[in-house]
Amino acid sequence: MRIELQKRPVPSKLFAVLSPFIALGLTLVAGAILFMALGKNPFDALYSFFIEPLTEVWSLHELTIKAAPLILIAVGLSVCYRSNNWNIGAEGQFIMGGIVGSLVPILMPDFQNWLTLPLMLVLGMAGGAAWGVIPAFLKTRFNTNEILVSLMLVYTAQLFLDWLARGVLRDPNGNNFPGSIRLTEAARLPEIMPSAGSAHYGILLAVIAAFAAWFMLRYTLNGFEVRVLGANPRAGRFAGFSQSRMVYFAFLLSGGLAGLAGICEVSGAIGQLRETISPGYGFTAIIVAFLGRLNPLGAIAAGFMLALTYLGGEAAQMTLGISDKVGRVFQGLLLFFVLGCDTLIHYQVRLVWRKAIAAVGGQA
Amino acid sequence: MPLLEIRGLTKVFGSLRACDGIDLTIAPGEIHALLGENGAGKSTLVKMLFGVLEPTAGTIDWKGQPVRIGSPREARATGIGMVFQHFSLFEALTVAENIALALDGNVAIDRIAEEARRLSDQYGLPLDPHAHVADLSVGERQRIEIVRTLLQNPELIILDEPTSVLTPQEADKLFETLEKLRGEGRSVLYISHRLEEVQRICDRATVLRHGKVTGACNPRAETPSSLARMMVGSEVASVSYGGAQAPGEVLVEVRKLNAPARTPFAVALRDIDLTVRAGEVIAIAGVAGNGQSELFDVLSGEVPVSDAESVRIAGVAAGSKGITARRLMGCSFVPEERHGHAAVPDMNLSGNLVLSRYASDRKTFLSGGWLDLINMGPVAAATKRISAAMDVRKSQEDPPAGSLSGGNLQKFIVGRELDRQPRVMVVNQPTWGVDAGAASRIRQALVDLAKSGSAVIVISQDLDEVFEISSRICVINEGRLSAPEPVASMTRERIGLLMGGFHDGTARGSAMPEASHAH
Repeated sequence: MRIELQKRPVPSKLFAVLSPFIALGLTLVAGAILFMALGKNPFDALYSFFIEPLTEVWSLHELTIKAAPLILIAVGLSVCYRSNNWNIGAEGQFIMGGIVGSLVPILMPDFQNWLTLPLMLVLGMAGGAAWGVIPAFLKTRFNTNEILVSLMLVYTAQLFLDWLARGVLRDPNGNNFPGSIRLTEAARLPEIMPSAGSAHYGILLAVIAAFAAWFMLRYTLNGFEVRVLGANPRAGRFAGFSQSRMVYFAFLLSGGLAGLAGICEVSGAIGQLRETISPGYGFTAIIVAFLGRLNPLGAIAAGFMLALTYLGGEAAQMTLGISDKVGRVFQGLLLFFVLGCDTLIHYQVRLVWRKAIAAVGGQA
Repeated sequence: MPLLEIRGLTKVFGSLRACDGIDLTIAPGEIHALLGENGAGKSTLVKMLFGVLEPTAGTIDWKGQPVRIGSPREARATGIGMVFQHFSLFEALTVAENIALALDGNVAIDRIAEEARRLSDQYGLPLDPHAHVADLSVGERQRIEIVRTLLQNPELIILDEPTSVLTPQEADKLFETLEKLRGEGRSVLYISHRLEEVQRICDRATVLRHGKVTGACNPRAETPSSLARMMVGSEVASVSYGGAQAPGEVLVEVRKLNAPARTPFAVALRDIDLTVRAGEVIAIAGVAGNGQSELFDVLSGEVPVSDAESVRIAGVAAGSKGITARRLMGCSFVPEERHGHAAVPDMNLSGNLVLSRYASDRKTFLSGGWLDLINMGPVAAATKRISAAMDVRKSQEDPPAGSLSGGNLQKFIVGRELDRQPRVMVVNQPTWGVDAGAASRIRQALVDLAKSGSAVIVISQDLDEVFEISSRICVINEGRLSAPEPVASMTRERIGLLMGGFHDGTARGSAMPEASHAH
């Protein structure tokens, strides 16, 4: 017996909707097995991992804080991936956005007025976009692989941030601890409901970005160009669209949004530039983008889902006494199952019992 | 006793009889040519012999015994080997590893390498078993396929258009190998449309046309003209083109157009001259793979050339302009491949309308200033108008392009361009794989466009179509274009000769050693 994948004549609409949910279900099953192997009751473990964080107001605020950067980055990545460009380095663009955006309040602490925050956000986007343009330039100019280049630039950005936070940007009055001076009020992204919890306006930016990207993909010529070049580069050439212009566009947009997420994190959740500012948001956002079916609106729901794995990891550490790395395990499982389940959209799974005849395809 | 004898072999696809009652015998130790145009049924026939397709009717006798060949494995076990036109090799693996992959059963790599080396020496096919395929030329890759076939010790070897990818020198080497195989008493079924080669190496020839045998002969006793006549037929097509009106101004002028081959399998364009006037349909005939798609790309501007003067559209130098600029000059284009080139299969028809018209119809299709919003209303109206004008049959108002049948999608694609009333229209294989009803509608539309004062260039392999719609005909062969001749004085025989590379009695292929294989 063997398993055979047979291409469907048309992609299945049913499985296009179902596949993320099947993936979620399989992730839970795999997670239960994992917890059992660790000697924990799987139901208790899954409860404290996925349900408990949703039962208290403060942790819902935490969820929003984690979801905001994930959604912002994933929106950019969705557009980027739809155009058949593979930006894997959003983590680096996030970090550069955080660095460039926070230069103003750190280097000019006296510049405090209503312009400070907008300027920081714009500079943050510019920083992320600039970091994203490097793989785009190398791809269009030298035909390098954008996956590798963008990924490697993550480590460059991480080490650069580490150097800044321990070196030139370190707070002189910080008792030699790494990290910049704390940002003043004018440089902080305000909290939405300060009395209830610490969620900041980053989530609003994320939702606006998601709707704007969705609108662009659906109603504008630019979005049409993204879809055509992503689906059929040859048809795109026939339409007169430029492949290299699209590479730049995809990386500028996804880099810019990742950068915006970076400065929102520094200015909103953290309040200073530290030697690490991201628990892997840039990588997790890749999962968010795929779980959201590369649809910017889908990224909103998927962003909250993945944010939950961060909180669940912390909860698992506190109540179950297992490493919070288990959150990463769940993220990996989820991506694995999401990509696997997408096969069901284009293929039918068949079990073949007889020994099949080897077929040789000749061309006319 | 003949080695292989087939009788009444028939293959039906839907309503198409790709092979219709074919009789063919191959004697031991002969090189037998299978001649025919594209679509004549050659490939279908050999796929049935090699077990890839199952015959609808007819019998195959092998050494006098009836056999049923159900799979390529059974074909190989019978003693039939085949070298396909398109190779199936893994570039990252070595020659010996590639051979091992194709063998039935487990044999040690070292033994294969040794055997391959022995065979390649014996048959004059120089080949290093440990070389990586990626480093090899097209000719060397073909040798791997041949050695791979020879390892099975076949008595009949089928070669599908083997020289189409070879330089003349490589082809000469191949012919020597074939002579050696014949000397050992093996038989070869040699598929080709190149008359000169067939006359040079083949003992007998069977000619197919529209799925039927139209001739069986000794090619050396025939003239290229008589072979060409068998290949392309001599009946006169009904010409519906009223070519009486006086041609108008020059709308397309191509002068000394050269374009290098962009990939090893592409064809370089050489010194192409062509003038097309308002009110005429000019047809470019030729066998597939002689530079048609390369010429289309250059004419459409998908691949601009550096010399702007080499293509002039309505008097303006346009060779270096891109496809959008040429569309804005009033040109329309229909490429050969519908799925993924002329149309995006996953997008619905209205999206596919925007694909080629967003620039030329900017005023109606786009709004919102720099936002470039797509106006769904006018786009939907135009989609409806085109579908009605071309009688596009579809199940929903705006279905995905990929869900339409080939003929209906092609009608939509041609209609999308005609709807603009272009001054210049370039079409590559307008009715390839399209049913008869849709084909005649498309042809009539092209003729009507020319009558209304536009210039139309049709690149086509279908000679009936060429004669039916054009006012002048030229032939493309190995990237060169023959001088156009009026349809009244052009004969099928002459087209056959031009397609086979004969120009005024000389074969061009052998006179041009560097032919088109500059990598």
